[in-house]
Parts: sequence; structure tokens; C-alpha cells
Amino acid sequence: MTLATSANSVDPLLQDIIGPTPGQQLRRRFFGHRGLMIGASVLGLLLVIAVLAPVVAPHDPYAQDLMARMKPPVFLGGTWENILGTDHLGRDYLSRLIYGARVSLLIGFVAALISGTIGTAMGVAAGYFGGRVDMVVTFLINVRLAMPVVLVALAVVAILGGSLQVVIGVLGLLLWDRFAVVMRASTLQVRGREYVAAAQAIGASTPRILLSEIMPNIMNNLIVVITLEMAHAILLEATLSFLGLGVQPPTPSWGLMVSEGKNMMLFEPWLVLIPGTVLFVVVLAINLMGDGLRDVTAPENRS
Amino acid sequence: MLNFILKRLGLALLVALTVSFISFILLFLSGDPAIALAGEGATDEDVLAIRKLYGFDRPMLMQYASWLLSALSGDFGESYYFKLPVSSLIADRLSVTMLLGLCGISFALLTAVPLGVIAAIRPNSIIDRIALFLSVAGQAMPSFWFGLILIVAFSIKLRWLPPSGTDSWRNFIMPTVVLGYYAMPAIMRLTRAGMLDVLSSDYIRTARAKGASEMRVMFKHALRNAIIPVVSLAAVQMGFMLGGSIVVESIFALHGAGYLAWESISRNDLPTVQALILIFSMFYITFTFLADVLNAWLDPRMRSS
Repeated sequence: MTLATSANSVDPLLQDIIGPTPGQQLRRRFFGHRGLMIGASVLGLLLVIAVLAPVVAPHDPYAQDLMARMKPPVFLGGTWENILGTDHLGRDYLSRLIYGARVSLLIGFVAALISGTIGTAMGVAAGYFGGRVDMVVTFLINVRLAMPVVLVALAVVAILGGSLQVVIGVLGLLLWDRFAVVMRASTLQVRGREYVAAAQAIGASTPRILLSEIMPNIMNNLIVVITLEMAHAILLEATLSFLGLGVQPPTPSWGLMVSEGKNMMLFEPWLVLIPGTVLFVVVLAINLMGDGLRDVTAPENRS
Repeated sequence: MLNFILKRLGLALLVALTVSFISFILLFLSGDPAIALAGEGATDEDVLAIRKLYGFDRPMLMQYASWLLSALSGDFGESYYFKLPVSSLIADRLSVTMLLGLCGISFALLTAVPLGVIAAIRPNSIIDRIALFLSVAGQAMPSFWFGLILIVAFSIKLRWLPPSGTDSWRNFIMPTVVLGYYAMPAIMRLTRAGMLDVLSSDYIRTARAKGASEMRVMFKHALRNAIIPVVSLAAVQMGFMLGGSIVVESIFALHGAGYLAWESISRNDLPTVQALILIFSMFYITFTFLADVLNAWLDPRMRSS
């Protein structure tokens, strides 16, 4: 309730009569959703850590110390000098995890942005114009779904050589299918509404209708898909790097860290467990946020 | 009905043709494949000879046409690395992947459907919560990491299961769980949603009103209708899973087509990679086509029209 009253300074009596504004209702649903709050906090924290990596990281993530290889984490009898221990080249594990957050978030975000642009353009065009355009887009979605993502991504990265740009590009060009499907369906729903008909009747141009009538009304769904696809891209990057055909060493990537720790898994399972857990928690948090955003913005939840 | 099937079949063939073209084009991403094949230190004559030998000097569309024609007759050329016909290489490995896929989807269905049904019958119960947790966790779990955890737990600590190899059925247990868990969340959610939807419908109320036992209502009336979309989802997931087998097979060194894909990708063995991409796509296309037909056949409204 503090939110509703502090948000504007209307007379409390009057406030009771008119009730909370739509903005206040949205804010209340937003802050009242546990999964959304947990997911958003974890992601926010990670973002801060990633941005401030040079300040937060206790050591240089690339500095090797061959005299101090595979030192255990502090909770397994290690020292506070390397809180999460060191890897097979004596590099500080915590610092590598922190810098790895940069890699994961960057890849997830940019890949989602690229595929979001492609998929939204295709989906909105298909939904709005229908007919042939729709047929072509639906066909392209079918083709894309038929291609095995991991296999194609691995093959292309192997041919072009693994680097941050290539991985981002490949994922961006492969993950647009869900955007296209969801945006097409949302546009179909909105297309027949009165305000679109009104805009058409007063002679608004097609780009104008798409940008100022259609897009704002399907934005909610777009944000949800961006979130979920970002998690998808982060998972795929880790998978590619784990298989040795993603981001290349010595770049700190969580998937690569799991892969490097795999050989020592027999004696030092924490080398695999720590980066994997971080990856799992981050993807879980982003998914929770996406699901939460969907719950909060879905029209059927509005009373 | 026949009209619908023919339409879907035409679409499936068109998709297959486009996919084949894309997987062919992938070869040319690297620039000149002849130079790559000749390797380092090759003279210009060597490159020229290889270009002639493999037919890289012809126009690209011609190369595609001849590749596609021989692919249709089961000839995918010779593997650069293994120096064997690609088709026999793949044929050797495909049975392992198919078996893994079947085990995986069975595992997913056998866990997800009962969980989804119970979750729908008792919403907000402890089982519903467990099911929800499993599905949320499953969507965030990197399958390569899940596989490694299983190896640490069951092979290294408990010594119950072999960590790698293809020798016995025991080698398939952990890969089945990892691959099955990948498909489980979607199947469980759909079963739960379908059951909830069906349970609130009129004919369930009628069945209860005429005094049918609760078991009969659940299995004879509700599940039968709720399961229809699940069956077609399972077919689609099966197609996805075969494509995802590359990760699972490389963790557990299970020598199937997915493992072959990983081997040939890391060795730049392009004819094998092309053939595998095409074959995995064909599986997906076939499974989605079957799912569509099955869906239409199970739905009386579609059957009559």
C-alpha cells in the first residue's frame, strides 16, 4: 500500500474512490511476483558484477601461477587468497567466473537482440500482411526449426573459427524462430482491433501503423521472448564452448571452465561443479524473470 | 483428410529441399574447400588437381544438383577423414542414436505424463510443486553439466554405472536420463494444462454425474482427450532430441551419429557433417509430419472434413 500512496499526492479519500491507477496496479503485480523479483535481483546483481568486474575480481583472470595449480576452494580446505580455488593453470577461479559473467551476458544479450530484430520483423510482417508474406515466413520458420541448432552452430563455428563475434553472429542468426512465432501470433491478435482500423481509416502509412499502433501493443510479449531467448543463447554458448567450438581459451567462459575442469573431475569435482552451478543459477534466474514478466503483463491477470 | 495430408507432405518435401540446399551451402562458408582439403604446403597444382577431383570447378548449382541426386540414392560421398563412404559410416552409428532417442522419449513420457496428471488432479499439492520445480530446473539445466554430475555421482562416487562407452545397456542409462530430462518439462506442462482443461469440461461433469468411478473418469474420459496433443508434442521433441544427441553422446562417448557429428566437425570432415545435418533434419521433418497426421487423425473434427 505504501507504493500506491507515495506514488502520487492525491487526497487519500479521493484515492479510495478512484482506486489505483493502471500504472500502480502494474507496479503492484510486478513487485508482488516472487519469481520475477528473485530472477530480476539475481540478474541485476550479475549485471553489476559483470560491469564492475575489474573492481570486484580479486585477481587477474588471465594471470597463471603454475606453482599454485588446482588449489581447493576455501570451503574445501583452501585459503582466503583464492576463495574458489585455482584452475589447472593456477588462475583464480572466482576472478574467472566474474569475467565469465561478462562473456555470458554479452553473448546472451547481443544474440537475443540480433535474433529479436530478425524474428520480430518477420513475425510482424507475416501477422500484419498475411497472405503470401505469411506463407513465406511460416515456411522459413519451418525450415529453421528443421535445422538441428547445436549441430549447425558447431559446424559453422568450426568452419569460421571460434571467436566471440562468430559465436554471437551464429546464435543471433539461429535463434529467431520463437520471436517470429510469438510476434506473428501477437500481431494477428492486434491487427483486427479498432485502433488499428481507425489509424488505417485516417490514412496513416503502413510503417506508421506498424511502429506506433502494432509494436507498442505487442511489446510485452517481445520483452518476454527476449528474456527467454537470452537464457537460451547463454546456455547454447556454454554448450558450444564446452564442446571446444565456441569461445576460445584463454577467454573466461563458464562452458569452457566446465570443459577444462572435466579432465580433473575424478579428483577435483568442484572444478566442474562451481561454474556449472553458476551457469544453472543464472539461466534459472533469467527464465524465472521471463515467466514472471509473462504472468505480470498477461491481460488475463488484469482484474 | 487426404487433402490435408497431401498438403502437409508437399510442405515437408519443400522444407527438406531447402534444408538440403542450406546444408550444402555450408561447405562453401570456408571459402575454397579445395585449399582446405589440400592442407598446408600444397602447391597450386595440388589444389587444382583436388578441385578437379572433387568437382569444385563446376558451377555451384550443378554441384548441388549432383550432390542432391547422389544423396537421394544414399550416396553422400567419401569422408575426408575416415576415407570411407559417408553413408556406411552413418549407417553404422545411426542405430545407437535411434535407440538412445527412443529410450530418451520413453523416459520423458513415463515420468512427465504421470507427474503432469497427478499435478493436474491435485493442483498446489506437494507433487504439483515438485513437478513444477523439476520442469523449471530442467529448462535451465545445461545438459552437458547434468551429464557430468551424473558421472561424478554414479560412476566416480558410487561406481554403479560405466562413465563412457557403448558396450552394454548399462551405458545407456545415464544418457537416457539426460536426454529424456531435456524433453520432460514441455511434455509435463502440456499434460498438466491439458488435464486441467479437460477436467473442467462438461463431459467430465456428465461422467461424474452418471456415477462413473473416479478412476474411470480420469483414465477413460479425461486422460484420453488430454493426451492427444502430448503425443504429437512427443513426436516433435523426438526430432529435437536426435539433434541434441550430439551433446549427450560426446559426454558419455556413446558412439552414435551424434558422436560422429562431433568427431567430423572437429576434424573439418565436411561431407560427413553435411550428410548428418541433412539426416537429422529429415528425422525432424518426418516426425513433425507424422505428428500432424496423427493429430488430424485423432481429432474427429479434422477426420470428417
